Amino acid sequence: MKRWINIKPSKPLAIALGIIPFFLLMILYQVGSESRKAENPQDKLLPSVSQFQSAIDRLAFNPSKRTGEFVFWQDTASSLKRLLTGVACAAFIGLILGLITGAIPLIGANLNPVITAISLIPPMAVLPLLFIVFGLGELSKVMLIIIGITPFLIRDLYQRTKDIPQEQLVKAQTLGANSFQLIIRVLLPQVLPRLMDALRLSLGTAWLFLIAAEAIAATDGLGYRIFLVRRYLSMDIILPYVAWITFLAFVLDWLLVKTSKKIFPWYHAAK
Amino acid sequence: MDIEKNQIEFRHVEKSYGDNLVLENINCEVKKGEFITMVGTSGCGKSTFLKMLLGIESHTKGTVLLDGQPIIDEPSPDRGIVFQKYSVFPHLTVRENVAIAKEFEKSTLLGRLFGNKRKLALDEADNWLEAVGLLPAKNKYPHELSGGMQQRLAIAQALIKHPKVLLLDEPFGALDPGIRKDMHKLVLELWKKYELTVFMVTHDLDEGFYLGTRLWVFDKTRHDPHAPHRYGSTITFDLPVGKTDKESLKEIEMSLTLEQKIA
Repeated sequence: MKRWINIKPSKPLAIALGIIPFFLLMILYQVGSESRKAENPQDKLLPSVSQFQSAIDRLAFNPSKRTGEFVFWQDTASSLKRLLTGVACAAFIGLILGLITGAIPLIGANLNPVITAISLIPPMAVLPLLFIVFGLGELSKVMLIIIGITPFLIRDLYQRTKDIPQEQLVKAQTLGANSFQLIIRVLLPQVLPRLMDALRLSLGTAWLFLIAAEAIAATDGLGYRIFLVRRYLSMDIILPYVAWITFLAFVLDWLLVKTSKKIFPWYHAAK
Repeated sequence: MDIEKNQIEFRHVEKSYGDNLVLENINCEVKKGEFITMVGTSGCGKSTFLKMLLGIESHTKGTVLLDGQPIIDEPSPDRGIVFQKYSVFPHLTVRENVAIAKEFEKSTLLGRLFGNKRKLALDEADNWLEAVGLLPAKNKYPHELSGGMQQRLAIAQALIKHPKVLLLDEPFGALDPGIRKDMHKLVLELWKKYELTVFMVTHDLDEGFYLGTRLWVFDKTRHDPHAPHRYGSTITFDLPVGKTDKESLKEIEMSLTLEQKIA
């Protein structure tokens, strides 16, 4: 028989193998839920599928009696708005600073130590400070995301800028480029697809900070809802919310990949 | 004696990194239109020599003159370069890769041309692509090109700026032998047509003999086994070779005798 390291699954087999763990998890949940229900029909820890359905129906497809809003969609919209605003701002700052510190040694020498120092601050530790400075509104939540992922983006894009072969920079200079032209025509277009990669890596962290901020001070949002209904042990709401967040994270990641492949074909083909 | 002025002169040039002496006592003169090939063992300093010409390394002693002026110690359009790898821009198509030189020149702030000006730049780029035989691939991206085609592109890029000297840093080292032959033909053709001064570093002695009008060998003349970095390399042989006509051969001989007088 061939060595294990040399046996590669065919495409259908790979898909089947990939699906099995999901199935097992679902069956495991079903068994657990039913056995707990058999012992105590009031059990809230592992709700049945029908309970999930009614919870989703209540929150997503019927207006709230108190506010008249569709709570689920309202939460989704608020959270996505915060997340995307934060990530967009962080991407912008990260790109600019990463690019210029990587391209211009004088600025790099000037800013890199302070960026490294700031990146070592645990963002959650300064959350109270953010609430004091920016209030309890939207700004402080967006700021937490920005503070949480910008240092990583700056440092990553600094490195990506440095990684662009020196030969290209020399070549551009022999073609008459000045520093600014070189940055915007040679470095920037090549760092942009790498920014997309860095964003994919930092989205998970961004979600973490979003939910943390919403858990502590918010009046709506996916994280807020989870932490609100936790008091009533409403697993029938928490678990669908978690699944929904996971799905949103997946979609955002997928969108980033697709967009990057669409706008930067040369980057993905060369890899 | 009224001979053509030297385009490049090295006078008592020395290059060291701290205590590590890489090149010493470099004295040479090169006239316009010469094709210098440089060979030597690895670490002999031939690449360092090329980098000094390019302006990315500066010499520690002596004088380097380009057209009678001290050479600028950063890369500039009067010196074109083709590296072994990575000298084209992966995010631009073939014609954009060449036209970008025009864009740098005509649009000082953004380095980007639009409309009719852009079209003119691209048309000029096409002329150079034709000269290197790359016109059919003008809308491709570099990753779609073979190694030889990428080097053709790098040459076209360098030529559009009409550099005083063209520097080639082992440009064909990574190519298959058959393709390398084609590239030799192309380089000789361009060198004659545009009366270029070429400096080429190569591993391959045959290539050096075949292409150049002068072959330089870099080596150490003194060696201290207890302190290998004590002495640097210098140009130990300066041979007139290759496909030269008699006249330029004579000129080379004359410059050689001149050099001996100075040294």
